[in-house]
Amino acid sequence: MKSYIAKNLVNALEVLNKDECEIVAGGTDMLIQNRSHTGMSIGYKTNVLYISLIKELDYIKEDSHYIYIGATTKLESILKNKITPIILKKIIHEMASPAIRHTATLIGNIANASPAGDSIVGLYALNAKVRCQCINGERIVPLHKFIRGVRIIDLKFNEMITEVIIPKNDFSSIAFKKVAPRKSDAISKMSFVGLLKIEDDLLLDLRIALGAVYITVVRNKDIESKYIGKNIKELKENIDNILKDYEPLIKPIDDQRSNKEYRKKVALNLIKDFLLNV
Amino acid sequence: MTEIKFTLNGKKQILNTDPNRRLLDVIREDFQLTGPKEGCGEGECGACAVLLNGQIVNSCSVPLANVDGQDIVTIEGFSSTKQYHVIKEAFAKAGGVQCGFCTPGMIIATQSLLSENPHPDDYEIKIGLSGNLCRCTGYNLIIKAVKTASKDGDGLW
Repeated sequence: MKSYIAKNLVNALEVLNKDECEIVAGGTDMLIQNRSHTGMSIGYKTNVLYISLIKELDYIKEDSHYIYIGATTKLESILKNKITPIILKKIIHEMASPAIRHTATLIGNIANASPAGDSIVGLYALNAKVRCQCINGERIVPLHKFIRGVRIIDLKFNEMITEVIIPKNDFSSIAFKKVAPRKSDAISKMSFVGLLKIEDDLLLDLRIALGAVYITVVRNKDIESKYIGKNIKELKENIDNILKDYEPLIKPIDDQRSNKEYRKKVALNLIKDFLLNV
Repeated sequence: MTEIKFTLNGKKQILNTDPNRRLLDVIREDFQLTGPKEGCGEGECGACAVLLNGQIVNSCSVPLANVDGQDIVTIEGFSSTKQYHVIKEAFAKAGGVQCGFCTPGMIIATQSLLSENPHPDDYEIKIGLSGNLCRCTGYNLIIKAVKTASKDGDGLW
């Protein structure tokens, strides 16, 4: 098994082109997933490419339409940057602790593709895309197509995610709720993101994303579009119908953190609460 | 084996070792610095906290590869600074230490917080210490210690 430490992007892409590797950024998830005994090296079962020291991918920048976050940008830097969307700040604020946020990356959370990954819920709601690069070129993929299942992503062996791209948008109402046994340093039992835009009493945009209630984040644009264009009174009159629409999509599991009945009930209650408070 | 260079407590170090080792193991076994301790081993308890480029990280969750060229300070290195003495006195005065297992991590977390925000309020202190578990004090005395350090060391951060 080989380990590579890349100091620039070209170097990383060259390594990936010749050798299949697991890519490690902050390593906070990879290290636990491959945990060994105290005093032993991390027990990776594949070659490893460390990318955390690639400075050119440590950035948050914007143009008139998008915000771009590089693959080695740490969660704490994203939390403290003024151009980060507010909903993403709210989410990162509740992720782990400062010590983890100083090393963990947003793109690591995407690549880990856990159904309980908090940032992914927000990124689904924000219509985020990822840029994947290889030595021969690049492609940009919507996040909901990139994440295929529990820890399954659409990344080819010679590619790496270099950037997440977030469309800029204004919302009238935003909500994030993480249901967990404590406020910090906890993995979600389930999580909720709601975003909506209202102008002149009309609902112009509605986005609901649910984490840890299915194999990937649940977001359904067909349901959202059914209610876009309604006024606030009509929206509130339709809350029961909206809950009925979401009910079959929420298929959580029982695990050590919670059970499926609780997760489903809480998910529907959070949708209801968000819409009642419009 | 890979050559990894880093600064540890102000001294430049070059190791020819496995980059897949955890920073915590290297600090404790290669340098016999036992202030950072293994509690949970998965980044939840903060007993292994060190400063990486001045910011708190969990050394149990940092692969050695990621510290190549970086600056590491453990509680042993930090103990020669004026800031340490202010924080230490504040913890003693407030009664923020009981069994002591979490204390090196708590002091590192306090330094990381105060270096960024010299006058934190209660909420900001709780966030700053949110990755450090203490099973003895109930936290109130530690929060009081951080406030005392912030006041007594005014101007140091």
